[in-house]
Amino acid sequence: MTDPATVPQTVGPAPNAPVPKTPKNIPHRGGPANASAARIKEKFPSAFVRADVVWGETTVFVRPDAVFDVIQYLHDDPNEQYAYLSDVTCVEYRDLEQPLEVVWHLRSITWRAFIRIKAQLTKGARLSVKSVWPIYKGADWLERECYDMFGVEFEGHPDLRRILMWEQYKEGFPLRKDFPLRGRFSRAEQLRQALAANPEARYSMEELQIADAFEDLPSDMRKRLLGGEETGE
Amino acid sequence: MATKRTVDVALSTTGLDSQGRPQRVPLVTDESGNVTTMEAPPALEPELEGEHMLINLGPQHPATHGVLRLVLELDGETVVRCIPHVGYLHCGFEKIGEYRQYNQIIPWTDREDYLNSPGNNVAFALGAERLFGIECTERCKVLRVIAMEMSRIMSHLVWLGTTCIDIGAFTPFLWSFQERENIYNLLEGWCGARLTTSLTRVGGMIADVPDGWVEGLKGFLQTFPKTIAEVDRMVTRNGIWVGRTIGIGAMSATEALNYGLSGPMARASGVAYDVRKDFPYLDYETYDFDVPVGTTGDVYDRFLVRMEELRQSVRILEQAVARLPDGPVNIDDPRIILPSKTKATTEMESMIHHFKVVMEGPRPPIGESYVAVESPKGEKGYYMVSDGTSKPVRWRIRPPSFVNLSAIPKMVEGHLLSDVIAINASIDIVMGEIDR
Amino acid sequence: MGLVARPDHRVVSYAPESQEGWVTSRLDFLVNWARAGSLWPMPFGTACCAIEFMATAASRFDLSRFGMERMSFSPRQADVLICAGRVPFKLAPVIRRIWQQMPQPKWCISMGACASSGGMFDNYAVVQGIDTIIPVDVYVPGCPPRPEGLLYGIMMLQKKVMNERMSDQAIRSEMEPDPSSKLYIPPPVIDELSEPFGNSVHQTRSGL
Repeated sequence: MTDPATVPQTVGPAPNAPVPKTPKNIPHRGGPANASAARIKEKFPSAFVRADVVWGETTVFVRPDAVFDVIQYLHDDPNEQYAYLSDVTCVEYRDLEQPLEVVWHLRSITWRAFIRIKAQLTKGARLSVKSVWPIYKGADWLERECYDMFGVEFEGHPDLRRILMWEQYKEGFPLRKDFPLRGRFSRAEQLRQALAANPEARYSMEELQIADAFEDLPSDMRKRLLGGEETGE
Repeated sequence: MATKRTVDVALSTTGLDSQGRPQRVPLVTDESGNVTTMEAPPALEPELEGEHMLINLGPQHPATHGVLRLVLELDGETVVRCIPHVGYLHCGFEKIGEYRQYNQIIPWTDREDYLNSPGNNVAFALGAERLFGIECTERCKVLRVIAMEMSRIMSHLVWLGTTCIDIGAFTPFLWSFQERENIYNLLEGWCGARLTTSLTRVGGMIADVPDGWVEGLKGFLQTFPKTIAEVDRMVTRNGIWVGRTIGIGAMSATEALNYGLSGPMARASGVAYDVRKDFPYLDYETYDFDVPVGTTGDVYDRFLVRMEELRQSVRILEQAVARLPDGPVNIDDPRIILPSKTKATTEMESMIHHFKVVMEGPRPPIGESYVAVESPKGEKGYYMVSDGTSKPVRWRIRPPSFVNLSAIPKMVEGHLLSDVIAINASIDIVMGEIDR
Repeated sequence: MGLVARPDHRVVSYAPESQEGWVTSRLDFLVNWARAGSLWPMPFGTACCAIEFMATAASRFDLSRFGMERMSFSPRQADVLICAGRVPFKLAPVIRRIWQQMPQPKWCISMGACASSGGMFDNYAVVQGIDTIIPVDVYVPGCPPRPEGLLYGIMMLQKKVMNERMSDQAIRSEMEPDPSSKLYIPPPVIDELSEPFGNSVHQTRSGL
């Protein structure tokens, strides 16, 4: 618990950050790119694939194995200072030829900048990329959601398990394009599986072991928590 | 002579722990039944002098602001560890967005953050218009600012009412919901719905405001500050309130930024980040308003920040009402927005455009856009990817409450159980947005 | 049958109103009046309908005049479960558990389109109507229903309560689904049985 008396600080835009204005007359493609894109190309020539400017937003495509280093640079370098991770998500296109993209939205509060980093993963192979949780703690749940919805595994994530669906969800990864809107199973089967998923037993064993109280629970409760319980009063 | 006799009391547990050691103390009695000697219980490990208790808060609970489940490991009343579980309201919004045209997605934006429906509608319309490469009219811009600020007031009123009721003050709940009724009347006059408004369309709004609506809004702006003042008088310097909120759940500025907090949560911690000021939209840089920034980031600071935001929203609304220009509310492009009924029923071109917009939906060029607005909860963004068809390839909602809530294990450690409720209330979560 | 009644259950048909005893009918009236006038709601509020429920409980559309201001968040002390909002599959066992924990007499109001039928969420995640999980007495349509709509639903429930009879034990019995029943037919068999016409067991219909 942080002691509030010792850490009052204010973080805000730098005095020479660009003056904010509502963007108008933005071209579809082209237009001024975010300066960070050029600096990434300079510092990581092998990792940089290309940079696009679409509707005024700069997107930098980076090779999947180098994304962590690029984002680390963007976080640490004093000219970049992208201290705020806005979002981590994935995009799968309807066109089957296109790879699955993992997208990071980064903002720099100090310099009032926004950049989008994309990594393309080939479908069919194992979808995995390094987690940015060591850099931004906010990536925790965002990456868990990407795993839950798309099946992308983030290496180095402390606790990668499903977050929006229940942990034993068997139908698949909902936001993939081959997953039908209404799910793979019939409604009756979905209901049956949902009711069988015992809400109290939905713990991961790591949580209980770390809690150290598992050994002291009565044996019937332990059995229940390991998934043996039948519901009903 | 004393005979040893073990009294077997019938308990529901087996009486043996995991190592097979007996957990019950056998009583030793002599023939007349007097206790003579007792066997000492087996020695416990020193750090387990009190067992930690695992309790479950939710998902059905009056104070979790929706279906949130917190698993708390307690040492007495102090929280040692907190494991939040979300997903109990996951309804597949993003999946459905891939099967709906852009205008058809607008009712879904109402329902995800249901306290901020007009704000979500505006945010989505801004994102879709960026994707289309169009800009709305001047009147539409000011009307959208009015909608956003009204919805900010609506959302903060619910936060105020429910936070007060969680911490124990019941009356501000009734006052804030009575004020919400006034806003509901205005919204109902504009679009027909109280809560789930579907106010915007790509390229404009559902309709222009009716006659006399602006006077109604002005009347609301006269009476509302009195309610804020009354709540302020009752709560802000109240000993119980201050005692329950000062120093609770504090986050420093660097921590807040690292956890991705935004909105009043971040500003209370000292991060001077407001999307309206830093990445403006709808000409917000031309409005004169302040953004409150706190210092310690505890529950009390968040409360003060949100109360001040209510006053600043009133200020913005007064300016918007004063500068509302005349003119059309929808853009003039019938390929994107529905033409007026007169034209659609008399001109062939307009009728065809009407048909196409309704049946097929307007199609943006290939591209993607991410537009973020300052919702009452934080940075709310819609990331849309288009492949040239009338339905988006990907519709991503950047949920501020989701990221804000992920910091709760950090904020709650070391506090008491009743502080968990206060901290949870101060984050201002909406499960519809968290779980989508 | 696929449903099993408890062994102590007897279905008794009650006499028509003209032949009912005077004492039992007065007793019925008293008991029903007491129940209908103080239905303590268990607000199972999930989404937007919960906000309209809160607005119904607030000062303008006061629920207190119906005796319902005492929101019972513990199911053990509740009379009527008001499911306000959409119920995803992850929440289904929770609402079922809460319904089982409520003691008799209990009723259920399904508030809103999503609780009644899945609403606008016809997808992989949402239960298509809570009546697939718990027995519902009154359905209140709307998205979200206006507070007046909810009050109309509550008044309908009160009328239903007033028309109950103590001698009718069927209304208070709880029937659990029998796991050994013949009603469960596995999907491949259903497909075969419905061969010429197809069937809606598979939800992936038109490409949507």
